Amino acid sequence: MTAVASQALPVGTTRGRVGAAVLLSGLTIGLLVAVVISAGHGQLAIPPVEVLGSVLHRLGLDVGPLPTHPQGDNTLWEVRFPRVTMGALVGASLATAGALMQGIFGNPLAEPGVVGVSSGAAVAAGAVIVFDVAFVGTWTAPVAAFVGGLATTLLVYVLSRDAGRTEVVTLVLTGVALNAMTSAGLAFLMFLGDTQAREEIVFWTLGSLNGSRWEYVAVVAPLAFGGILFAGLLARKLDLLALGDRAARHVGVDVERLRLTAIVLVAVLTAAAVSFCGVIAFVGLVVPHLIRMVAGPGHRLLVPASALGGALLVVLADLWARTAVAYADLPIGMLTSLVGGPFFFWLLRRARRTAGGWA
Amino acid sequence: MSAPRPPGSGAHLVARSVGVQIDGAEILGGVDLEVRAGEVVALVGPNGAGKSTLLSALAGDVVPTTGTVELDGRPVRDWAVRALARERAVLLQKQGLAFGFRVEDVVRMGRAPWHRTPRQEADDEVVTAALLRADIATLAERLFPTLSGGEQARASFARILAQETPVLLLDEPTAALDIRHQEALLTACRDLADTGCAVVVVLHDLTLAAAYAHRVCLLASGRVRADGPPATVLTATLLSDVYEHPVEVLDHPNGPVVVPVRHGHLSAARRSLQAEEVS
Repeated sequence: MTAVASQALPVGTTRGRVGAAVLLSGLTIGLLVAVVISAGHGQLAIPPVEVLGSVLHRLGLDVGPLPTHPQGDNTLWEVRFPRVTMGALVGASLATAGALMQGIFGNPLAEPGVVGVSSGAAVAAGAVIVFDVAFVGTWTAPVAAFVGGLATTLLVYVLSRDAGRTEVVTLVLTGVALNAMTSAGLAFLMFLGDTQAREEIVFWTLGSLNGSRWEYVAVVAPLAFGGILFAGLLARKLDLLALGDRAARHVGVDVERLRLTAIVLVAVLTAAAVSFCGVIAFVGLVVPHLIRMVAGPGHRLLVPASALGGALLVVLADLWARTAVAYADLPIGMLTSLVGGPFFFWLLRRARRTAGGWA
Repeated sequence: MSAPRPPGSGAHLVARSVGVQIDGAEILGGVDLEVRAGEVVALVGPNGAGKSTLLSALAGDVVPTTGTVELDGRPVRDWAVRALARERAVLLQKQGLAFGFRVEDVVRMGRAPWHRTPRQEADDEVVTAALLRADIATLAERLFPTLSGGEQARASFARILAQETPVLLLDEPTAALDIRHQEALLTACRDLADTGCAVVVVLHDLTLAAAYAHRVCLLASGRVRADGPPATVLTATLLSDVYEHPVEVLDHPNGPVVVPVRHGHLSAARRSLQAEEVS
């Protein structure tokens, strides 16, 4: 980027709009391709053409070949599609929650997993399992996760902000403290629970899309879509928040209201992701960061692109988790942490350098 | 272009016996200040005199412990945030930016209060004009955090200009600027005042204040020591007293020049130089 050239400004940037369209359609196409490939992979291999054919037949179009294997169609619709759809929804929710958190904290290191919001939600959902309460049916775990997520997000917000700023070191340390508390909570729940409850809790902490069912998808989908939609509506104001609290207020943003709305949205999105699939960390950190590197920090593009990118990433990560070791289903949360951890280190080092110290 | 109102109309900011206490300590006390459309008012005074606090109170950031601040006859705290943003713009002393937005995007943020109003139509035009006026157009494509302090200050000033408000509150806008841009910024302030804006600017350079302000308000220890035209406020006796340092005020065709009296090695060096010239 050179310092010249813009004297001849027409400032409305059609270039930017074309770039945004290319990015969003590229991610959409990538996601669709990943979904088809992922649905076709597994112990029973189904070629992409047959996957497409099966979908088209369900839509009432008599086009393309149906799966040749007798169990093919059944496997796709009973096992694979719910799982892949769930993966896409969870990824979209996590990445959007990450972008939102980074926006309201004005800090690229904020992420539901890193600062302990995901594990806060998991503790609440775990408690519901151990004490075997079900006050709203399938919705019980998501509601508990939402309450847990909201409480932890508010806690992070209150603890890590000082004079309208969130220092990197305070944020990360708040996350350390919260994660310690939530691990203790989970440990206590494991101690209380029976063997089955213990297994379920282990599954929260590792994160997995195994056992996704359409009825779970039906719970997660409205939370995810609603959350992402509202996040998109906040985009313009989140941009202004980058100026800092006071300056944002000077250009007409009701900062406190914006921040509380965003915190509720983060809790909804985290609950959507965590309730059935456990903690899948770092998606909300990696995806928005990569999108910012490609498309800049503007939230009007960042939010939808993060949602698509997050969906794409988790669908691919789940494909990897299912196929990396034959006849084994690796926990996806382990894989994302394996890749996301080093990425976090790198970001931390960069943040330290640009902030001129650990401040 | 940045003339939201015809000269002399509207834009009226009044502080009435404003006092601000923070943690029991009195930062401001009994401050009366009136800023009218068409005026540039300079707030001057030593460190800790309460200039920034007064500006915050005028901006509506700080609710005064006692007294009121009224904009166009209504207490500032009764204004809706967005409506207030269409009336007054604020340039803070420190400009931070959490993410790497381009300069042009930052300036465009100044247009936010006009989003979804008829005036949104003029966005591109206004942003271009503001970039040129603040002499930052050549850096429009650069990322804001990569700019130098002075360049960031100019970009932020462009954002304030783009907001097109009848009231502008600027906290030490010239602190990071070179001579050329200091003069350009204050000339821009005068031009805005000529189109009917009310401008309050915190300045440390008293000569700049003398040259560009219609009125100078001298603060000391949280109180107004003097308020009036530069020539009456910026006197050697008053300034020497308030700044606790002897100050000389020299007459110059462009207005009074304020210089501190310098003792010690500096004057000694000058004296020996003069001695050499004589001999």
